[in-house]
Amino acid sequence: MEDDLRVMNHPILGDLPEKKMVTIYYQGQPILAREGEPIAAALLAAGIKAFRKTVHRHEPRGVFCAIGRCTDCMMIVNGKPNVRTCVTFVEDGMQLEPQDGYGRRKVDGGDAK
Amino acid sequence: MKRLSTEIAIIGAGPAGLCAAIEASKLGAKVTLIDENALPGGQLFKQIHKFFGSKEHLAGVRGYEIGTRLLEELEKSDAEVMLSGTAYGLFRDMTIGVVQKTNHYAIQAKKIILAAGGKENYMDFPGSTLPGVMGAGAAQTMINVNRVLPGRHVVMLGSGNVGLIVSYQLMQAGACVEALVEAAPAIGGYGVHAGKIRRAGVPILTSHTIKEVYGDGKVEGVIIAEVDEKFRVIEGTERAIAADTVCLAVGLNPMTELAHMAGCGFTFLPALGGHVPLHDDNMETTVPGIYVAGDITGVEEASSAMEEGKLAGIAAAASLGYLDQEKAKELKDEVQVRLSALRTGAFGEKRQTAKTEQMARMAAFLQEKGGRRP
Repeated sequence: MEDDLRVMNHPILGDLPEKKMVTIYYQGQPILAREGEPIAAALLAAGIKAFRKTVHRHEPRGVFCAIGRCTDCMMIVNGKPNVRTCVTFVEDGMQLEPQDGYGRRKVDGGDAK
Repeated sequence: MKRLSTEIAIIGAGPAGLCAAIEASKLGAKVTLIDENALPGGQLFKQIHKFFGSKEHLAGVRGYEIGTRLLEELEKSDAEVMLSGTAYGLFRDMTIGVVQKTNHYAIQAKKIILAAGGKENYMDFPGSTLPGVMGAGAAQTMINVNRVLPGRHVVMLGSGNVGLIVSYQLMQAGACVEALVEAAPAIGGYGVHAGKIRRAGVPILTSHTIKEVYGDGKVEGVIIAEVDEKFRVIEGTERAIAADTVCLAVGLNPMTELAHMAGCGFTFLPALGGHVPLHDDNMETTVPGIYVAGDITGVEEASSAMEEGKLAGIAAAASLGYLDQEKAKELKDEVQVRLSALRTGAFGEKRQTAKTEQMARMAAFLQEKGGRRP
């Protein structure tokens, strides 16, 4: 895990303002995130780069556009697949799973048909 | 589904959409500004460099400061703002389909201004899909808005202003830019930006390209190589650079889906980023009542997007009768003067030529239709 990818001091923007931290879970593993930041930012700050695998060749993909256009950063968020993590904000207790292919929506703990 | 109605609906709250909303609202029109993001401002808030141009263009002011000023003006106006609302469709009766979280709206408007912006180009080479390869603008969003480094060792591809500026900003955020690679024999952007990163020790390698990006599940290094005058790799010139991030600054293209859906006439102008909707000097497309402004009309800079937004806002408000034609002409002429000033010089002239050509094709289209929109 990387722990210093946050831009703490910046010559133009100044020091990173204090923010409440929340805990999100990546494959069950806790990660501290700044309240209100996109999921993708929290994962990149934690050194996680591969967000999903493609449908046919199962190749890894990560953040490409960071503005919600390319869909390369889609993950399964709280059981819901195809969530664009670059434009979806962290919430305390959020469960994140990398998405392999189309992803399946989990309903009541089981996989939907 | 809820039905709403407004006079002027504006899609996209970036520099163009914000200026259109402020202008039209100031003139008295009922404005609804729609954006799919949770916050307005588009890409202004990731631009931490000072803008170019003259005082009227807010030159010397940083992008995010311009964004803050525009949001203050918007706040003071009577424009309604609908955030986290995705405009997914445009229908023949001037109705916009919008999904906002779990709500669905049909918004009917008398006039519609499309200010959807642009998106970054992608470039194909072996390894180009590896996690760690991203748009330069994506890296800029991460470092300046989210304050997270996508990596520590970056290779930048493309020496236009985006490649040069983002390289410098990556260094300001604490990353090391290992090299800036440019296939053309000369640097594409302003000398002042190139000078800054050169003085900081970044090698700018013109007549070079990325041959391959390698790594096991993520970027670990880049093979660069020299190219000849036909951009073919010269065998034997390959060398490896260790890096964890590759940024692509290879241009943008207009986000035109809604204009296509509305049936707007298009024309192809490579200097503006590809297929762009035809429009007249009021920014009105071939479909009556549908206007365009900003990067959707051709990729330029935030400064020109703001002016085009003002133009569309004034024209749309005038067509609703909020000001007489004489006053409208006076206001529009002022904007045109500032727009022309932004399209001068070695870099602006190419865009001005393309814009003039666009206008000529629009005139030809209208003439073919007997001088009226179909």
